[in-house]
Amino acid sequence: MTVLIIAEHDNTALSPATLATVTAARQLSEKGAGDIHILIAGSNAKAAAEMAAKLPGIAKVCLADAPQFAASLAEDVAALVVGLAKDYSHVLTPATTYGKNLLPRAAALMDSQQISDAMAIVSADTFVRPTYAGNALATVQSKDAIKFVTVRGTAFEKAAPADGAAAIEAVEAPAATALATHQGAEISKSERPELTAAKIIVSGGRGMQSGENFKLIEDVADKLGAAVGASRAAVDAGFKPNDFQVGQTGKIVAPELYIAVGISGAIQHLAGMKDSKVIVAINKDEEAPIFTIADYGIVGDLFKVLPELSAELDKIKK
Amino acid sequence: MKIVVAVKRVVDANVKVRVKADQTGVELANVKMAMNPFCEIAVEEALRIKEAGGADEVVIVSAGPQGAQETIRTALAMGADRGVHVLTDAALEPLAVAKLLKAVVEKEAPGLVILGKQAIDDDCNQTGQMLAALLGWPQATFASKVEIAGESATVTREIDGGLEKVGVKLPAVVTTDLRLNEPRYASLPNIMKAKKKPIEAIAPDALGVDVSPRLTVLKVEEPAKRQAGVKLENAAALVAKLHDEAGVI
Repeated sequence: MTVLIIAEHDNTALSPATLATVTAARQLSEKGAGDIHILIAGSNAKAAAEMAAKLPGIAKVCLADAPQFAASLAEDVAALVVGLAKDYSHVLTPATTYGKNLLPRAAALMDSQQISDAMAIVSADTFVRPTYAGNALATVQSKDAIKFVTVRGTAFEKAAPADGAAAIEAVEAPAATALATHQGAEISKSERPELTAAKIIVSGGRGMQSGENFKLIEDVADKLGAAVGASRAAVDAGFKPNDFQVGQTGKIVAPELYIAVGISGAIQHLAGMKDSKVIVAINKDEEAPIFTIADYGIVGDLFKVLPELSAELDKIKK
Repeated sequence: MKIVVAVKRVVDANVKVRVKADQTGVELANVKMAMNPFCEIAVEEALRIKEAGGADEVVIVSAGPQGAQETIRTALAMGADRGVHVLTDAALEPLAVAKLLKAVVEKEAPGLVILGKQAIDDDCNQTGQMLAALLGWPQATFASKVEIAGESATVTREIDGGLEKVGVKLPAVVTTDLRLNEPRYASLPNIMKAKKKPIEAIAPDALGVDVSPRLTVLKVEEPAKRQAGVKLENAAALVAKLHDEAGVI
């Protein structure tokens, strides 16, 4: 048995969720799944391959370097994965939009029923995964010869680069499928940390009343070195773009500190943040469900509390 | 062009599900069911494309027990033309659904198949990608904008860092994200009209698809519950707690 990780990367470095996937693979390995190989499909991706080679527990890096992998289109990466998968017992990738888009395509081509969003590795064929927005955790056992698994990044520690020196082996790319073309991207630029990697997150909900009012959240976030998030209600209302969304159908986060402002605490929002270490809720409705899971709560008008919080943070910095 | 939309019947989004005491699953008896919200967005998108002259027929497909017919009927009441119901009481995994849909799609020969990106019950986020794979078609997942132009489509996709635009040749599979559109409500006259629209029932066997599950559910548990904490008077008290007690700032 051998595990293959499909890395998510930007040709230079692996994503944080990929580092968490390495930890999941190492747990599989300890439970009898054998060596771990990691696939870098990219274009001019030597730097990413070199980073992967240094990670703990990696036996081999497979580098498929071809122009068709530049935009990580699922059609082309899946065709590559299908050519390699038969030599593996497990194929793992992070449960990010990259992995969610890619892995089911490869799994179906190998006639395997994928396991989405694994939160725990029970044994080489058994995994725990969330259903119903995390309100029911299912332990599932796979009968498929090759197990395709997406890994929930927040459920595993991120592997730190160590003194590994795995061999980097070139893998030939299959012919480009030409089924889809990348026509550009608008990546949100921010000086703030990325949501899924942030240690502190300040999120706003419908209670913010407008996108403009998120300035109050951003001010507090900047004093904490925090990322800014939003509830689905805030995204629905157009206050913030969808890549800010924390929840069942958005991003799953588990920071050290999560501050929910003007968020009532709908099931689907809680699904995205309830594994945070410390949760703070600021809401004017003292019956809001968010208070049932918050470690600290303030019942009050956020337009008054946020500026006060900002001023208090200035005081402790001095 | 014909558009096929796949829809799933799920526990209503507002219901708080309960795990069964024997840990075999969640309580589904007497629970309100509804169309998966992302599937509603898929139906709406197909209808908008048709209304803009980009399609001439919208066919709704669902796989599941008798009750799935109601979900198909809901889509017909929104304005879709006819339904196909793959009737089975078997518990269906995404790979099995993708195989059933492939068989239906091969019969219907649409130019576009639209699905929700994820069902809010099993939260798998797999079926659309699997269907595209089995058909050998391109996929444009997590769509927030779909523009059809002749034999191709340009789709804006919601990705972790922002937005991405992909061009796909038709036929293709699109899965919907939250911001693609706001689904309409069915009007009373349309609900009445939908009762007369045809729904064809087919058995999985007739499609030559083996739907036996690949995964065994060993147990289903409730997650550990968080305890409610303390309510504080003001921001100063909060900062003190976070700094001195929790040590997170």
